[in-house]
Amino acid sequence: MLKLNSKTQDAVLFYALRFISVMVIGLLLFIMFVLFKAAWPSITGNGFAFVFKTEWNPVEDQFGALPFIFGTLVTSFIAVMIATPVSVLVALFISEYLPKEFSRFIALMVEMVAAIPSIVFGLWGIFFLAPLVKGSLAPFLKTYFAFVPIFSGPSFGVGIITAALVLSVMIVPTISSICRSIFELIPQHQKEASYALGSTKFEMIKMAVLSPSLSGISSAVVLGLGRALGETMAVTMLIGNSPVISKSIFSPAATMASVIANEYTDANTPLHVSSLCYLALLLFLITFLSNLFAKSIVKNFSKM
Amino acid sequence: MSNEANDEKIILEARNLEAWFGDFQAVKGINVKYNERTINAIIGPSGCGKSTYLRCLNRIHEEIEGTKVHGEVLLEGKNIYDKKIDVVDVRKRIGMVFQKPNPFPSMSILDNVVVGLRLQGINKRSTLLEVAETCLRKAALWEEVKDKLNSLGTSLSGGQQQRLCIARALAINPPVLLMDEPTSALDPIATAKIEELMNELKRDYTVIIVTHNMQQAARISDYTSFFVYGKMIEHGLSSDIFTNPKEKQTEDYISGRFG
Amino acid sequence: MVLIPLFLVIQFVFVQGMHSLNLSFFTELPKPVGEIGGGMKHAILGTIYIVLLGALMAVPIGVTCGVYLSEFRKSKLSKTLRHTVDLMSGIPSIVIGIFAYLMVVVPLKSFSALAGGVALAIIMLPIIIKTSEEILKLVPDHIREAGLALGLPRWKIIFFIILKGSVSNLLTGIILAISRAAGETAPLLFTAFGNMYLSFNMKEPMATLPVQIYTYAISPFKDWQRQAWGGAFILMVLILAMNVFARFVLTKIKDKKGF
Repeated sequence: MLKLNSKTQDAVLFYALRFISVMVIGLLLFIMFVLFKAAWPSITGNGFAFVFKTEWNPVEDQFGALPFIFGTLVTSFIAVMIATPVSVLVALFISEYLPKEFSRFIALMVEMVAAIPSIVFGLWGIFFLAPLVKGSLAPFLKTYFAFVPIFSGPSFGVGIITAALVLSVMIVPTISSICRSIFELIPQHQKEASYALGSTKFEMIKMAVLSPSLSGISSAVVLGLGRALGETMAVTMLIGNSPVISKSIFSPAATMASVIANEYTDANTPLHVSSLCYLALLLFLITFLSNLFAKSIVKNFSKM
Repeated sequence: MSNEANDEKIILEARNLEAWFGDFQAVKGINVKYNERTINAIIGPSGCGKSTYLRCLNRIHEEIEGTKVHGEVLLEGKNIYDKKIDVVDVRKRIGMVFQKPNPFPSMSILDNVVVGLRLQGINKRSTLLEVAETCLRKAALWEEVKDKLNSLGTSLSGGQQQRLCIARALAINPPVLLMDEPTSALDPIATAKIEELMNELKRDYTVIIVTHNMQQAARISDYTSFFVYGKMIEHGLSSDIFTNPKEKQTEDYISGRFG
Repeated sequence: MVLIPLFLVIQFVFVQGMHSLNLSFFTELPKPVGEIGGGMKHAILGTIYIVLLGALMAVPIGVTCGVYLSEFRKSKLSKTLRHTVDLMSGIPSIVIGIFAYLMVVVPLKSFSALAGGVALAIIMLPIIIKTSEEILKLVPDHIREAGLALGLPRWKIIFFIILKGSVSNLLTGIILAISRAAGETAPLLFTAFGNMYLSFNMKEPMATLPVQIYTYAISPFKDWQRQAWGGAFILMVLILAMNVFARFVLTKIKDKKGF
């Protein structure tokens, strides 16, 4: 066998490891490149106006992304609005109120929910949540808040609000587990300092726990948002899939991910396929940016 | 215990040895010679660079990112920092025992002792067993573990683990053994055992030991060096250093007025 | 209180799923539309096949990167790789599906299990890299130094001491990563696609549990909807079991501090 000295042996390993690592970095760039290439016909054909056109009609080769962007953003934002207070409460409850042993168990259970496949959430949404929205939530809101325009129109069970509700259930574990780890970083003596000023538990939490973690919480929320934006299956099953922009949260809509899931295998004109890839590219960029944003918040947070 | 040094041949010598962490110079211009089969203690206040210095002697300091070493270390007359020398061969000749006992986890006692040989390609079971027994005996551990050679190294007590680490270092048969505060994590009884062991080791090996404990240095060593801020203030027979130091700083330190 | 909706999901699936299960569910293939009965044998096996295929591709690369990140923590490449991994784990799975479609389905001119495997591999990759980095970082630095001091080259330390000692931990981490990918539906819709019979051909479409659940769930047939619940139940039990097992072992490891 070739006798190499130890430095050379290690260098061989080092370069092998480096090579694989560079490959993985390359893979990310390659994914972007492939998407971009596939979307190119649509990018040149539709231009940037793609983003603002509201018409999506594959039969007539009309492609505008606005309804999907609208659907994606609206469902995700509603989901985040519902999930954020819930997640923060869950995290507070687990880290501040529950006894240690029990809290570990509950925390584990919450994280388990994150492991449930989205298809299962979708299934649950169709057979449990959709009838509930149609039968109870919609009539209730319509009876008491009929004057608010977002509650107008009939409810079919599936629609924006149903999708958003399931999304919110799905992102609660993500947000709350990050919040919890932030809360647990707060040193005990800061809490005690606050107690020493004569504050109640509620005031202590406000002063010593919540306010120093604000930026951490917001980055958790943005990460949750990222997950909601890209979520496909549960939304596809629950949103009703019609490319319209409606002011009612009960009306069906479509998201970028759901239209890709629905139409990609059936798309047969090149422009249709590449428009879907264009959508995928946009979705990729949106989640990419939101994750980048979350990371930068964390960076600033850790600098403090 | 510090007896008259046997004025035999010099085994290890540092010449103008300097070491850095980034821009911080931790070791400054050390010149010293170590005689064969002696125990040499290095004492000094914490952060004085004594551990770093020790880690330069087997070229392990350079494994930390952002560090560098200048100067020469001669092992039996050959500079171990020579570019032509394979660092791995250096470390096979200069063993090391660390501050915290660090047997390899998830390896049996036996595997811990012979892993060095095995990874050098020696696989004959009888040879390995033989080496293991010899080294464990030298480390005064054989009697305690001979019936459970296959249990985990980490299942032993702290003192036993440290002796296991000594056995592991001895297995590749290095003429020089470096010890970096080997007893600082141990209780007094385990410490006494290790000190006793070092006296035995002196018959075959040269030991260089960094210690925080002046009494320990006085008890076991033939020579002692005193370090402050990366400089060697004084080096000489332990009997001299502890009873009749030449330098004011040394005297202050050993009489407890400083450090 | 606030957790109730979360548990509602689990409870609902369990109740509905239990009702829909029987032996033929596991042993039979789907019957034509309108006929009662039949099972999801093909989808259960298909899921296992594709997940293993994905793992086969992702695990070697993922662990290699994990090794790089844990052994060369501060290098520039490590930082870039860490960012890449974070961003990669944020890519919506449907986008990865499109990528796999373009890279595998288009050249081979057919939906295939291979394409599904590629998609799942890309989903698993960042998770495997992250967990293996974290697991290997649990090996304390002094273990690496002990290896260096024995005169071992770094690659031997990495392979025979660090990796060998972490095998069981790594496996647990990998199971966790696999369990995440096993439930993915979106990227399989237009890669593995699904079919109604049993197939083990890598180049053909293959049924998987998630896709089968989707097809059945949006179908108007009561019996198919029933089977969707059964499938969801099985899928969830599989994933939760892997998850609970892995987490249980991992927390035990972390509690023991290092090893």
